[in-house]
Amino acid sequence: MAGYVEMRALALGAAILVWGGQALGFEPVSGYEFLDESTRAMQDDEFENPGMVTVDEGRDLFNERRPDEEASCASCHGEDGEKLDPAVIARYPIYDEHLGGLATLQDRVSYCWENRLDRFPLPYDDPQLVALETFVRNKARGEPVNVQTDGPMSPLIEKGRQLYSTRFGQLDMSCYHCHVQHQGQMLRGQKLSQGQANGFPEYRLGTGRITSLHHRFGECFRSFRADPFEPGSEEYRLLELFVMQRGNGLPIETPAVRF
Amino acid sequence: MRTLLTLLVLISVTATTAQELPPLPSDYCHWKADHLAIDEALCGLKGNPARGRALAIDPHGGNCIACHHLPVPEESFHGTIGPPLDKVASRYTEGQLRLRVVDEQQVNPFTIMPGFYRDPRLANRVADAYWGKTFLTAQQVEDIVAWLVTLK
Ligand code: HEC
Repeated sequence: MAGYVEMRALALGAAILVWGGQALGFEPVSGYEFLDESTRAMQDDEFENPGMVTVDEGRDLFNERRPDEEASCASCHGEDGEKLDPAVIARYPIYDEHLGGLATLQDRVSYCWENRLDRFPLPYDDPQLVALETFVRNKARGEPVNVQTDGPMSPLIEKGRQLYSTRFGQLDMSCYHCHVQHQGQMLRGQKLSQGQANGFPEYRLGTGRITSLHHRFGECFRSFRADPFEPGSEEYRLLELFVMQRGNGLPIETPAVRF
Repeated sequence: MRTLLTLLVLISVTATTAQELPPLPSDYCHWKADHLAIDEALCGLKGNPARGRALAIDPHGGNCIACHHLPVPEESFHGTIGPPLDKVASRYTEGQLRLRVVDEQQVNPFTIMPGFYRDPRLANRVADAYWGKTFLTAQQVEDIVAWLVTLK
Protein backbone atom coordinates (compact mmCIF):
# COMPACT_ATOMS: atom_id res chain seq x y z
CA MET A 1 0.00 0.00 0.00
CA ALA A 2 2.16 2.81 -1.23
CA GLY A 3 0.64 5.97 -2.71
CA TYR A 4 -3.01 6.58 -1.97
CA VAL A 5 -3.72 9.75 -3.81
CA GLU A 6 -2.15 8.96 -7.17
CA MET A 7 -1.37 12.50 -8.20
CA ARG A 8 -1.57 15.32 -5.77
CA ALA A 9 -1.92 17.53 -8.71
CA LEU A 10 -2.69 21.00 -7.40
CA ALA A 11 0.86 22.08 -6.64
CA LEU A 12 1.99 20.37 -9.79
CA GLY A 13 -0.37 22.34 -11.98
CA ALA A 14 0.64 25.54 -10.31
CA ALA A 15 4.34 24.77 -10.64
CA ILE A 16 3.89 24.28 -14.36
CA LEU A 17 2.13 27.64 -14.56
CA VAL A 18 5.16 29.33 -13.07
CA TRP A 19 7.62 27.19 -14.96
CA GLY A 20 6.19 27.70 -18.45
CA GLY A 21 7.42 31.25 -18.37
CA GLN A 22 10.83 30.43 -16.91
CA ALA A 23 11.72 27.89 -19.60
CA LEU A 24 12.27 30.64 -22.17
CA GLY A 25 15.44 32.09 -20.71
CA PHE A 26 16.81 28.75 -19.49
CA GLU A 27 20.56 28.11 -19.79
CA PRO A 28 21.59 24.52 -19.11
CA VAL A 29 24.62 24.08 -16.82
CA SER A 30 26.41 20.75 -16.49
CA GLY A 31 26.95 19.17 -13.07
CA TYR A 32 30.64 19.52 -13.95
CA GLU A 33 30.43 23.22 -13.13
CA PHE A 34 29.37 22.34 -9.59
CA LEU A 35 32.48 20.19 -8.94
CA ASP A 36 35.69 21.16 -7.19
CA GLU A 37 38.94 21.37 -9.18
CA SER A 38 40.31 17.97 -8.19
CA THR A 39 37.13 16.08 -9.13
CA ARG A 40 37.07 17.85 -12.50
CA ALA A 41 40.68 16.88 -13.08
CA MET A 42 39.87 13.28 -12.21
CA GLN A 43 37.00 13.21 -14.70
CA ASP A 44 39.09 14.80 -17.46
CA ASP A 45 42.04 12.44 -17.13
CA GLU A 46 41.44 9.20 -19.01
CA PHE A 47 43.73 7.28 -16.66
CA GLU A 48 42.44 8.80 -13.42
CA ASN A 49 38.73 8.57 -14.27
CA PRO A 50 37.48 5.40 -12.50
CA GLY A 51 34.53 5.19 -14.92
CA MET A 52 36.93 4.29 -17.73
CA VAL A 53 37.06 0.75 -16.32
CA THR A 54 33.42 0.39 -17.33
CA VAL A 55 34.14 1.90 -20.76
CA ASP A 56 36.75 -0.84 -21.22
CA GLU A 57 34.31 -3.53 -20.10
CA GLY A 58 31.80 -2.17 -22.59
CA ARG A 59 34.39 -2.17 -25.36
CA ASP A 60 35.21 -5.83 -24.69
CA LEU A 61 31.53 -6.78 -24.81
CA PHE A 62 31.16 -4.74 -27.98
CA ASN A 63 33.99 -6.49 -29.78
CA GLU A 64 33.38 -9.93 -28.30
CA ARG A 65 32.35 -12.57 -30.79
CA ARG A 66 31.10 -15.64 -28.94
CA PRO A 67 32.20 -18.99 -30.36
CA ASP A 68 28.73 -20.06 -31.49
CA GLU A 69 27.79 -16.70 -32.97
CA GLU A 70 28.11 -15.20 -36.40
CA ALA A 71 28.43 -11.59 -35.39
CA SER A 72 29.36 -9.14 -32.64
CA CYS A 73 28.36 -5.49 -32.24
CA ALA A 74 31.65 -4.72 -33.99
CA SER A 75 30.63 -6.67 -37.09
CA CYS A 76 28.19 -3.90 -37.98
CA HIS A 77 29.55 -0.89 -36.09
CA GLY A 78 33.28 -1.42 -36.64
CA GLU A 79 36.07 -2.57 -34.32
CA ASP A 80 35.85 -0.48 -31.13
CA GLY A 81 32.73 1.11 -32.63
CA GLU A 82 34.67 3.20 -35.10
CA LYS A 83 31.63 3.40 -37.38
CA LEU A 84 29.36 4.76 -34.64
CA ASP A 85 28.35 8.35 -35.34
CA PRO A 86 28.63 10.67 -32.29
CA ALA A 87 25.92 12.92 -33.73
CA VAL A 88 23.49 9.96 -33.73
CA ILE A 89 24.43 8.91 -30.19
CA ALA A 90 23.75 12.47 -29.02
CA ARG A 91 20.13 12.16 -30.24
CA TYR A 92 19.14 9.60 -27.56
CA PRO A 93 16.51 9.03 -26.28
CA ILE A 94 14.89 8.92 -29.72
CA TYR A 95 11.42 8.40 -31.12
CA ASP A 96 11.39 5.30 -33.30
CA GLU A 97 8.21 3.47 -34.38
CA HIS A 98 10.26 0.36 -35.01
CA LEU A 99 11.49 0.28 -31.42
CA GLY A 100 7.99 0.92 -30.08
CA GLY A 101 8.07 4.71 -29.75
CA LEU A 102 10.26 6.38 -27.14
CA ALA A 103 13.57 4.48 -27.02
CA THR A 104 16.58 5.04 -24.78
CA LEU A 105 20.12 4.12 -25.78
CA GLN A 106 19.81 1.00 -23.61
CA ASP A 107 16.67 0.02 -25.51
CA ARG A 108 18.62 0.35 -28.76
CA VAL A 109 21.50 -1.76 -27.47
CA SER A 110 19.03 -4.36 -26.14
CA TYR A 111 17.36 -4.48 -29.52
CA CYS A 112 20.63 -5.40 -31.25
CA TRP A 113 21.55 -7.81 -28.47
CA GLU A 114 18.30 -9.74 -28.91
CA ASN A 115 17.59 -9.41 -32.61
CA ARG A 116 20.93 -9.03 -34.35
CA LEU A 117 23.03 -11.22 -32.06
CA ASP A 118 20.09 -13.43 -31.10
CA ARG A 119 21.06 -13.44 -27.45
CA PHE A 120 18.93 -14.00 -24.40
CA PRO A 121 17.38 -10.61 -23.45
CA LEU A 122 18.89 -8.76 -20.51
CA PRO A 123 16.83 -6.86 -17.94
CA TYR A 124 16.98 -3.07 -18.04
CA ASP A 125 20.08 -1.75 -16.24
CA ASP A 126 21.80 -5.12 -16.36
CA PRO A 127 25.51 -4.41 -15.71
CA GLN A 128 26.39 -5.59 -19.24
CA LEU A 129 23.88 -3.19 -20.77
CA VAL A 130 25.12 -0.35 -18.58
CA ALA A 131 28.71 -1.14 -19.65
CA LEU A 132 27.73 -1.11 -23.32
CA GLU A 133 25.79 2.12 -22.86
CA THR A 134 28.79 3.68 -21.10
CA PHE A 135 31.13 2.59 -23.89
CA VAL A 136 28.83 3.86 -26.65
CA ARG A 137 28.12 7.20 -25.01
CA ASN A 138 31.79 7.67 -24.32
CA LYS A 139 32.35 7.46 -28.10
CA ALA A 140 30.36 10.70 -28.31
CA ARG A 141 32.21 12.51 -25.53
CA GLY A 142 32.14 16.26 -26.24
CA GLU A 143 29.25 16.00 -28.70
CA PRO A 144 26.38 18.34 -27.72
CA VAL A 145 23.22 16.56 -26.51
CA ASN A 146 20.65 16.98 -29.25
CA VAL A 147 17.35 15.31 -28.33
CA GLN A 148 14.36 15.85 -30.63
CA THR A 149 11.75 18.11 -29.03
CA ASP A 150 9.13 18.49 -31.76
CA GLY A 151 6.70 16.12 -33.47
CA PRO A 152 5.78 12.99 -31.48
CA MET A 153 8.30 13.95 -28.78
CA SER A 154 6.54 17.09 -27.64
CA PRO A 155 3.56 15.40 -25.86
CA LEU A 156 5.99 12.91 -24.28
CA ILE A 157 8.19 15.73 -23.01
CA GLU A 158 5.06 17.30 -21.46
CA LYS A 159 4.37 14.02 -19.63
CA GLY A 160 7.97 13.93 -18.45
CA ARG A 161 7.70 17.50 -17.25
CA GLN A 162 4.60 16.59 -15.22
CA LEU A 163 6.40 13.71 -13.52
CA TYR A 164 9.36 16.01 -12.89
CA SER A 165 7.12 18.40 -10.99
CA THR A 166 5.03 15.81 -9.12
CA ARG A 167 5.57 15.58 -5.38
CA PHE A 168 6.56 12.11 -4.18
CA GLY A 169 7.09 10.37 -0.88
CA GLN A 170 6.86 11.35 2.76
CA LEU A 171 9.07 14.39 2.08
CA ASP A 172 6.51 15.45 -0.50
CA MET A 173 9.13 16.89 -2.85
CA SER A 174 9.55 16.88 -6.62
CA CYS A 175 12.62 16.91 -8.88
CA TYR A 176 11.59 20.44 -9.81
CA HIS A 177 12.02 21.70 -6.25
CA CYS A 178 15.75 20.99 -6.03
CA HIS A 179 16.86 21.22 -9.64
CA VAL A 180 14.84 24.22 -10.84
CA GLN A 181 13.42 26.17 -7.92
CA HIS A 182 16.50 25.96 -5.68
CA GLN A 183 19.38 25.11 -8.06
CA GLY A 184 22.63 26.76 -6.99
CA GLN A 185 21.60 26.90 -3.31
CA MET A 186 23.20 24.88 -0.54
CA LEU A 187 21.53 21.75 0.83
CA ARG A 188 23.72 21.43 3.89
CA GLY A 189 27.24 21.19 2.33
CA GLN A 190 26.07 20.31 -1.15
CA LYS A 191 25.36 22.82 -3.89
CA LEU A 192 22.18 21.84 -5.75
CA SER A 193 22.87 21.29 -9.44
CA GLN A 194 20.39 21.39 -12.29
CA GLY A 195 20.31 17.59 -12.21
CA GLN A 196 21.58 17.37 -15.79
CA ALA A 197 22.13 13.92 -17.31
CA ASN A 198 24.80 14.60 -19.96
CA GLY A 199 27.41 12.60 -18.01
CA PHE A 200 25.46 9.34 -17.49
CA PRO A 201 26.21 6.56 -16.85
CA GLU A 202 28.46 8.24 -14.31
CA TYR A 203 30.99 7.14 -11.71
CA ARG A 204 29.94 8.01 -8.17
CA LEU A 205 32.64 8.74 -5.63
CA GLY A 206 30.21 8.13 -2.76
CA THR A 207 29.38 4.55 -3.72
CA GLY A 208 32.41 3.74 -5.86
CA ARG A 209 30.11 2.47 -8.60
CA ILE A 210 29.10 3.26 -12.12
CA THR A 211 25.50 4.49 -11.93
CA SER A 212 22.86 4.52 -14.64
CA LEU A 213 20.40 7.38 -14.92
CA HIS A 214 17.45 5.21 -13.87
CA HIS A 215 19.37 4.00 -10.84
CA ARG A 216 20.05 7.64 -9.94
CA PHE A 217 16.34 8.44 -10.23
CA GLY A 218 15.74 5.60 -7.76
CA GLU A 219 18.18 7.14 -5.29
CA CYS A 220 16.30 10.45 -5.41
CA PHE A 221 12.98 8.66 -4.89
CA ARG A 222 14.37 6.81 -1.89
CA SER A 223 15.70 10.06 -0.43
CA PHE A 224 12.12 11.41 -0.62
CA ARG A 225 11.04 8.25 1.24
CA ALA A 226 9.03 7.40 -1.86
CA ASP A 227 8.40 4.05 -3.49
CA PRO A 228 10.69 4.18 -6.56
CA PHE A 229 9.62 3.12 -10.05
CA GLU A 230 11.48 0.26 -11.77
CA PRO A 231 14.51 0.90 -14.01
CA GLY A 232 13.18 0.89 -17.56
CA SER A 233 9.65 1.83 -16.43
CA GLU A 234 7.53 4.16 -18.51
CA GLU A 235 7.93 6.81 -15.79
CA TYR A 236 11.74 6.72 -15.83
CA ARG A 237 11.85 6.73 -19.64
CA LEU A 238 9.70 9.85 -19.67
CA LEU A 239 11.85 11.43 -16.98
CA GLU A 240 14.97 10.53 -18.97
CA LEU A 241 13.51 12.19 -22.05
CA PHE A 242 12.56 15.30 -20.11
CA VAL A 243 15.91 15.58 -18.35
CA MET A 244 18.01 14.88 -21.46
CA GLN A 245 16.24 17.41 -23.70
CA ARG A 246 16.50 19.96 -20.89
CA GLY A 247 20.27 19.57 -21.33
CA ASN A 248 20.27 19.98 -25.11
CA GLY A 249 23.53 21.66 -26.07
CA LEU A 250 25.57 20.36 -23.12
CA PRO A 251 28.55 18.19 -24.09
CA ILE A 252 28.29 14.46 -23.41
CA GLU A 253 30.68 13.71 -20.52
CA THR A 254 30.22 9.96 -20.06
CA PRO A 255 31.60 8.70 -17.75
CA ALA A 256 31.21 11.80 -15.57
CA VAL A 257 32.63 11.70 -12.03
CA ARG A 258 30.21 12.90 -9.35
CA PHE A 259 29.55 12.59 -5.63
CA MET B 1 -6.77 30.63 -20.13
CA ARG B 2 -5.94 27.02 -20.92
CA THR B 3 -3.60 26.86 -17.95
CA LEU B 4 -6.28 28.32 -15.71
CA LEU B 5 -8.69 25.61 -16.83
CA THR B 6 -6.08 22.93 -16.19
CA LEU B 7 -5.64 24.29 -12.70
CA LEU B 8 -9.38 24.16 -12.03
CA VAL B 9 -9.57 20.59 -13.28
CA LEU B 10 -6.65 19.65 -11.05
CA ILE B 11 -8.32 21.23 -8.03
CA SER B 12 -11.45 19.16 -8.63
CA VAL B 13 -9.34 15.99 -8.99
CA THR B 14 -7.81 16.76 -5.60
CA ALA B 15 -11.28 17.35 -4.14
CA THR B 16 -12.71 14.02 -5.36
CA THR B 17 -9.80 11.88 -4.20
CA ALA B 18 -10.04 13.51 -0.78
CA GLN B 19 -13.31 11.62 -0.10
CA GLU B 20 -11.61 8.24 -0.55
CA LEU B 21 -8.95 8.76 2.10
CA PRO B 22 -8.39 5.98 4.65
CA PRO B 23 -8.72 6.82 8.35
CA LEU B 24 -5.84 8.64 10.05
CA PRO B 25 -3.62 6.80 12.54
CA SER B 26 -5.41 6.71 15.91
CA ASP B 27 -2.71 8.75 17.70
CA TYR B 28 -2.72 11.58 15.13
CA CYS B 29 -3.24 14.96 16.84
CA HIS B 30 -5.84 16.91 14.88
CA TRP B 31 -5.01 20.55 14.29
CA LYS B 32 -6.63 23.48 12.60
CA ALA B 33 -4.94 26.48 11.04
CA ASP B 34 -6.52 29.85 11.60
CA HIS B 35 -5.09 33.03 10.04
CA LEU B 36 -1.97 31.08 9.03
CA ALA B 37 -1.30 29.95 12.59
CA ILE B 38 -1.97 26.93 14.84
CA ASP B 39 -2.30 28.50 18.26
CA GLU B 40 -2.97 25.33 20.27
CA ALA B 41 -0.11 22.93 20.99
CA LEU B 42 -0.57 19.54 19.27
CA CYS B 43 -2.57 17.32 21.69
CA GLY B 44 -1.79 19.98 24.32
CA LEU B 45 1.80 18.65 24.60
CA LYS B 46 4.54 20.73 26.19
CA GLY B 47 7.77 21.15 24.23
CA ASN B 48 11.33 20.95 25.46
CA PRO B 49 13.60 23.53 23.74
CA ALA B 50 16.86 21.61 24.32
CA ARG B 51 15.44 18.54 22.61
CA GLY B 52 14.09 20.80 19.85
CA ARG B 53 17.53 22.26 19.20
CA ALA B 54 19.01 18.75 18.94
CA LEU B 55 16.29 17.65 16.53
CA ALA B 56 16.86 20.67 14.30
CA ILE B 57 20.43 19.59 13.55
CA ASP B 58 19.82 15.84 13.58
CA PRO B 59 20.01 14.45 10.00
CA HIS B 60 17.51 11.76 11.03
CA GLY B 61 15.32 14.17 13.02
CA GLY B 62 14.00 17.45 11.67
CA ASN B 63 17.21 18.20 9.77
CA CYS B 64 16.18 21.86 9.52
CA ILE B 65 19.88 22.70 9.12
CA ALA B 66 19.91 21.01 5.69
CA CYS B 67 17.97 24.01 4.35
CA HIS B 68 18.22 26.80 6.94
CA HIS B 69 20.95 28.73 8.69
CA LEU B 70 20.48 28.13 12.43
CA PRO B 71 22.01 29.82 15.48
CA VAL B 72 24.01 26.66 16.21
CA PRO B 73 27.64 27.79 15.89
CA GLU B 74 29.22 24.38 16.58
CA GLU B 75 27.73 23.00 13.35
CA SER B 76 29.26 23.80 9.95
CA PHE B 77 27.56 23.72 6.53
CA HIS B 78 24.18 25.32 7.14
CA GLY B 79 21.79 25.19 4.18
CA THR B 80 20.68 28.26 2.21
CA ILE B 81 17.49 26.92 0.60
CA GLY B 82 15.19 28.58 3.14
CA PRO B 83 15.61 31.86 5.05
CA PRO B 84 17.93 31.93 8.11
CA LEU B 85 16.03 31.05 11.28
CA ASP B 86 18.38 32.96 13.61
CA LYS B 87 15.85 35.63 14.59
CA VAL B 88 12.70 33.91 13.39
CA ALA B 89 10.75 34.45 16.64
CA SER B 90 10.96 38.20 16.16
CA ARG B 91 9.03 37.77 12.89
CA TYR B 92 6.45 35.17 13.92
CA THR B 93 4.24 34.22 16.86
CA GLU B 94 4.37 30.74 18.37
CA GLY B 95 1.21 29.75 16.49
CA GLN B 96 2.61 30.98 13.18
CA LEU B 97 5.82 29.04 13.76
CA ARG B 98 3.85 25.88 14.60
CA LEU B 99 1.96 26.00 11.29
CA ARG B 100 5.22 26.46 9.38
CA VAL B 101 6.68 23.34 10.95
CA VAL B 102 3.45 21.34 10.69
CA ASP B 103 2.52 22.18 7.09
CA GLU B 104 4.35 24.96 5.24
CA GLN B 105 2.33 24.15 2.11
CA GLN B 106 -0.58 25.96 3.80
CA VAL B 107 1.53 29.12 3.66
CA ASN B 108 3.14 28.48 0.27
CA PRO B 109 1.72 25.70 -1.91
CA PHE B 110 4.94 25.59 -3.99
CA THR B 111 7.31 25.18 -1.08
CA ILE B 112 10.06 22.55 -0.97
CA MET B 113 9.82 22.42 2.83
CA PRO B 114 8.34 19.10 4.01
CA GLY B 115 5.18 19.25 6.12
CA PHE B 116 6.52 17.69 9.29
CA TYR B 117 3.07 16.97 10.70
CA ARG B 118 1.00 17.20 7.54
CA ASP B 119 -1.88 14.79 7.05
CA PRO B 120 0.15 11.72 5.97
CA ARG B 121 -2.63 10.50 3.69
CA LEU B 122 -2.00 13.40 1.34
CA ALA B 123 1.46 12.18 0.32
CA ASN B 124 1.98 10.39 -2.99
CA ARG B 125 3.74 7.00 -3.50
CA VAL B 126 5.17 6.85 -0.02
CA ALA B 127 7.58 3.94 0.63
CA ASP B 128 5.93 1.20 2.66
CA ALA B 129 8.09 1.84 5.73
CA TYR B 130 6.78 5.42 6.00
CA TRP B 131 3.25 5.04 4.70
CA GLY B 132 0.63 6.62 6.96
CA LYS B 133 3.26 8.17 9.24
CA THR B 134 4.05 11.83 9.85
CA PHE B 135 7.68 12.89 9.43
CA LEU B 136 7.96 14.00 13.06
CA THR B 137 5.86 13.01 16.07
CA ALA B 138 3.62 15.58 17.73
CA GLN B 139 6.03 15.73 20.69
CA GLN B 140 8.97 16.39 18.36
CA VAL B 141 7.07 19.20 16.64
CA GLU B 142 6.34 20.79 20.02
CA ASP B 143 10.01 20.44 21.04
CA ILE B 144 11.12 22.25 17.88
CA VAL B 145 8.50 24.97 18.29
CA ALA B 146 9.61 25.43 21.92
CA TRP B 147 13.16 26.05 20.64
CA LEU B 148 12.10 28.31 17.72
CA VAL B 149 10.22 30.71 20.05
CA THR B 150 13.49 31.37 21.88
CA LEU B 151 15.19 32.62 18.67
CA LYS B 152 14.68 36.35 19.13
C1 HEC C 1 14.03 20.96 2.16
C2 HEC C 1 14.32 22.24 2.74
C3 HEC C 1 13.74 22.64 4.08
C4 HEC C 1 13.79 21.93 5.25
C5 HEC C 1 14.36 20.55 5.50
C6 HEC C 1 13.19 22.78 6.24
N1 HEC C 1 12.79 23.96 5.68
FE1 HEC C 1 11.91 25.49 6.63
N2 HEC C 1 11.71 26.50 4.88
C7 HEC C 1 12.24 26.11 3.68
C8 HEC C 1 11.99 27.14 2.68
C9 HEC C 1 12.41 27.09 1.22
C10 HEC C 1 11.30 28.17 3.33
C11 HEC C 1 10.84 29.50 2.71
C12 HEC C 1 9.37 29.64 2.62
C13 HEC C 1 8.69 28.66 1.70
O1 HEC C 1 9.31 28.10 0.78
O2 HEC C 1 7.53 28.46 1.88
C14 HEC C 1 11.15 27.74 4.72
C15 HEC C 1 10.53 28.50 5.71
C16 HEC C 1 10.56 28.20 7.03
C17 HEC C 1 10.06 29.07 8.08
C18 HEC C 1 9.51 30.47 7.86
C19 HEC C 1 10.71 31.39 7.83
C20 HEC C 1 10.43 32.80 7.39
O3 HEC C 1 11.27 33.64 7.66
O4 HEC C 1 9.42 33.02 6.72
C21 HEC C 1 10.29 28.45 9.26
C22 HEC C 1 9.96 28.95 10.65
C23 HEC C 1 10.89 27.18 8.97
N3 HEC C 1 11.06 27.06 7.60
C24 HEC C 1 11.27 26.26 9.92
C25 HEC C 1 11.83 25.02 9.64
C26 HEC C 1 12.13 24.03 10.65
C27 HEC C 1 11.94 24.24 12.13
C28 HEC C 1 12.61 22.95 9.98
C29 HEC C 1 13.03 21.61 10.58
C30 HEC C 1 12.06 20.92 11.39
C31 HEC C 1 12.64 23.28 8.57
N4 HEC C 1 12.15 24.54 8.40
C32 HEC C 1 13.08 22.42 7.59
C33 HEC C 1 12.90 24.93 3.44
C34 HEC C 1 13.12 23.92 4.36
